[in-house]
Amino acid sequence: MMKPIRLIIVAVGGQGNLLASKVLGDAAMRAGIPVVMSEIHGMAQRGGVVESALIFGNANSSIISDNEADILLGFEPSETLRALKKCHKNSCVITSMAPLPPFTVNIGKGKYPDLKNVKSLIQQKTARSFFLNATHLAQEAGNILSVNIVLLGALTATGMIPLSQKQMKDAIRNTVKKAFIDINLSAFELGAAAIA
Amino acid sequence: MTHKLLSTNTGQTQLMLGNEAIVRGAVEAGLSVGATYPGTPSSEISLNLFQISQKTDLYFEYSTNEKIAVEVAASAAASGVRSMCIMKHVGLNVAADPLMTLAYLGVKGGMVIVSADDPMMFSSQNEQDNRYYALLSGLPMLEPSSIDEARSMTHYAFDLSEQLNEPVILRTTTRINHSTGPVKLAHIQPVKRKGTFKKDPFRLVAIPSVSRQLHVQLLENIKRARELSESSKLNTITGSGQWGIICNGVSFNYVSDAVADLDIGNQVKIFRIGFSHPLPENQIKSFFKECEKVLIVEEGEPWLETQVKALAQESGQTIPIHGKSDLLFSRLYELEPAKVRSVIAQYFKVTDSKQTGIDTSDLPEIPGRPPNLCAGCSHRATFYAVKQAAKSLDKPVIYPTDIGCYTLGVLPPLSMADYLICMGSSVGTSCGFSKSLDNKVVAFIGDSTFFHSGIPGLINAVFNQHKFTLVILENGTTAMTGHQPHPGVDMMQFNLDSFTQISIEKMVRAMGVPYVATVRPYQIKKSIEIFKEAFLYDGVSVVISQEPCTLINKNRKKRPFMVTDKCKNHRICISELACPAFYIENNFVKINPAQCVGCAVCAQICPENAIIPVKEA
Repeated sequence: MMKPIRLIIVAVGGQGNLLASKVLGDAAMRAGIPVVMSEIHGMAQRGGVVESALIFGNANSSIISDNEADILLGFEPSETLRALKKCHKNSCVITSMAPLPPFTVNIGKGKYPDLKNVKSLIQQKTARSFFLNATHLAQEAGNILSVNIVLLGALTATGMIPLSQKQMKDAIRNTVKKAFIDINLSAFELGAAAIA
Repeated sequence: MTHKLLSTNTGQTQLMLGNEAIVRGAVEAGLSVGATYPGTPSSEISLNLFQISQKTDLYFEYSTNEKIAVEVAASAAASGVRSMCIMKHVGLNVAADPLMTLAYLGVKGGMVIVSADDPMMFSSQNEQDNRYYALLSGLPMLEPSSIDEARSMTHYAFDLSEQLNEPVILRTTTRINHSTGPVKLAHIQPVKRKGTFKKDPFRLVAIPSVSRQLHVQLLENIKRARELSESSKLNTITGSGQWGIICNGVSFNYVSDAVADLDIGNQVKIFRIGFSHPLPENQIKSFFKECEKVLIVEEGEPWLETQVKALAQESGQTIPIHGKSDLLFSRLYELEPAKVRSVIAQYFKVTDSKQTGIDTSDLPEIPGRPPNLCAGCSHRATFYAVKQAAKSLDKPVIYPTDIGCYTLGVLPPLSMADYLICMGSSVGTSCGFSKSLDNKVVAFIGDSTFFHSGIPGLINAVFNQHKFTLVILENGTTAMTGHQPHPGVDMMQFNLDSFTQISIEKMVRAMGVPYVATVRPYQIKKSIEIFKEAFLYDGVSVVISQEPCTLINKNRKKRPFMVTDKCKNHRICISELACPAFYIENNFVKINPAQCVGCAVCAQICPENAIIPVKEA
C-alpha cells in the first residue's frame, strides 16, 4: 500500500497543463505506481483556467478537496494564489512567477496581485515553496511553449513526487512530439536546476 | 498509424480518459453502429469513435440531434447489430420520446445509451439526475466507478442488452468521463457490419393494441433484469462491521478512500451498486439485517435513498437510513472526498482525520478569469453590428439566445443574451415573446444548434406569422464542444466525400421565411445596414451571419493589427468590443500581435482610424 500523494496543477488555457499531466501519468504507470487523474478544462481554448488533479498511490478518488493537496504546481502566479485553498500546512508549492494577467486586468478592470506579496503569502502559509520564472527558462530552452516541462523539471527536483528525473525524462520522450524532444529535455533540466 | 484505442495488445495496461475507456469497451464488444450529438462531458467518446470509423468497419455518425441518434442506434439494433448512442444528460431529454417507447419494442442486437451527467454544471445548463430515466423507462442501467470499469461495463452492457432484449443505459458523470486511469486491454471482437430484419409488425409497430402487449413484455423484462441485478458481480459488498453505506458511481471512490482514511474498514460494510436499475432488492434487504444504521452516499437526487427506504419499509426494518438532509448530503452540485469523509465521520460518530487547513481569508482579491469569446471571433462582430442596428429602433430589444460559444455574449460589455432555456429555445421563445411583449425580439442561434432543434421553431414562426428577427450564426462547425461537423459543413475540406452539405440559406427560404439576408460580420457597416432593414421587416426575418470559426479557419491570412499614435483614447474598442487581444500599456490601448487574427472589426469602429495592419517585415 502506498500512501496517496495528491498533486494539483493549475494553469491558464494554452499553457500545456494537460500534456504535463499526461507525462506524469505515463511516468507513474511505467514505474508501476498507481495513479488516477482528473481535469476540468473550463473552456481552456477560450481563456479559462485549467485545473488537473493527480493522485499517486492507493486511492480511488480522482479529485482533490480543499486543504488536501500535498503539492500545488502553479503555471501562473495569480492562479497559484487562487488555488492555495487546495493546500494544507505541510503542502509544497512550486510556481512560475511569470504573470499572465487576465483580460479584465489588461483592459484596466481589476487589479493583478503584487508579485512580492504573492510570494510572501505562499511562503507564510505553506511548509515549502519554490519560485521560478518558467517563461524565461522555456525561452532559454528554445521554445516558450515548454513552460509545462520546465515546471515538471522543478516539480521532480523537489523530490515530492515518487518519480526520478530519469523516469520523467523517459516519459517526456514517450509523450511529446519527436521534433520537440530535445528542447523539452533541456527545458526539464533548466526547471530542475532552477530550484536546486 | 492505427488508433491507440484499437491496440491488439490484450492484457496490456494503457492510461485512458474515461471517455476513451468507454470507446475501448464498445470496440471490444464489436460495436457496429454509433450515433451522437456532441455534448460535454461526453464529446471525446464521439471524437474517438468518428476517428475509428475511418479505419474500421464501424459506422459512426454525428446525427442532427439526440433523438435521431437514438433512432439510428435503435434501428441498427433492431437489425441485430450492436449499436451505441452517446449524449450529455440534457440530450436524453431530446431523445426521451423514442427512448420511452423503444423500451416497449426492445432490441435484438445489443444497444447501449450513454448518458453523461454533469453534476456541478461544469458545462451544462442544469444538473438533472438521469438515473430517473431508468426508472421512468424501465430500462436497465449500469454505473461505473473507475476508468477501467467504464471499459468493462460498456462491454458488458452490450451482452446484457442482448440477454434482456432491451437497450441498456450506461450512466456516467463528468468525473468518470474526464478522469484518467489505467485500463487493461481485452480482446477486440470482430464487427458484425450487416444484420437482418425479420418483419414482425404486431411486435414492432407501436400502435395501441400492440403497445398494450409490449408493456406487459417490458414489465416481464424488468423482472428478468432484477434477477440479473440480484446476482450481478457489479453489485459488491466490501468490508465488515455493524454499519452500512450504500453508494454508486464516483461516490464509491470517495467512500472507500474515506473509510480507509478513517480506519473504520472493520466497522463498516460498503454496498457499491454498479447495476443500479433495477436494484438488487433482496440483496439490499439482507444488507439491512446486518446493519445498525445505513448511510446512502450518492450525488444529485435521493434516487437510491428513496428506493432503499421503500425496501426497508417492505421488509419491516426500522434501522436509521439517511442520505440527503440539511445535516448530511446536499442535492446540489457534486460530492467530493473531504465532504464524504466528514459526513461519514459525523454519521457514525468517529473522528475526522482531516489535514490542518490554511487560512486564506487574508489573500488579496484575485481577478477572475472568465471564459471569453476568442480574439477575432465573428460572434463578437455580429453582436456589435446587431447592437448598433438596434439603436435605430424606437423600442427596446430583447435577445433570446441559444447554446453554443455565442452564449458567452451574455457577458459585458456585449450583454447580448436575455433568455435561454435549452438547445433551440431561442426560436421557440421568440414566438412567445413576440406575442406577449411590445419589444422588438432579436434571437441568436448557431448553425449546429439550428439544425439540432431550431428548424421546427422557425417553421412555427412562419406558419403562425410571428414577428421577430432570427440571427443564425453560421461559423461552419460545432465550435463549443470541439469542432464537430454538422449538416451545414462542407466535408470535402477534410477530404471526406460521403456527405451532402445543406445550405441554411436555401433551407430557410424554402421554409417560406419572407425576409432572408446574409451578412459577412467582419464588414461592419454593411452588416449594420442589413440588420436595420431586417429589424424593420413586419414579420419573421432571418439574417445569416457567415464567417468560419476563427479557431479553425485555415484559409484566412492572419495579419495582426496595431494601434497607431492617432489614438485619442476614446477606448470604444474596449468598451464595445472587448476583444481579448487588447491590453493597456502606459494608459493606451495596444493589440497583442500573437492573439490578433486581423478581423479588422476594431479598425472599422475606431473614430480616429488609429488601428491599422502591422506592416509586414
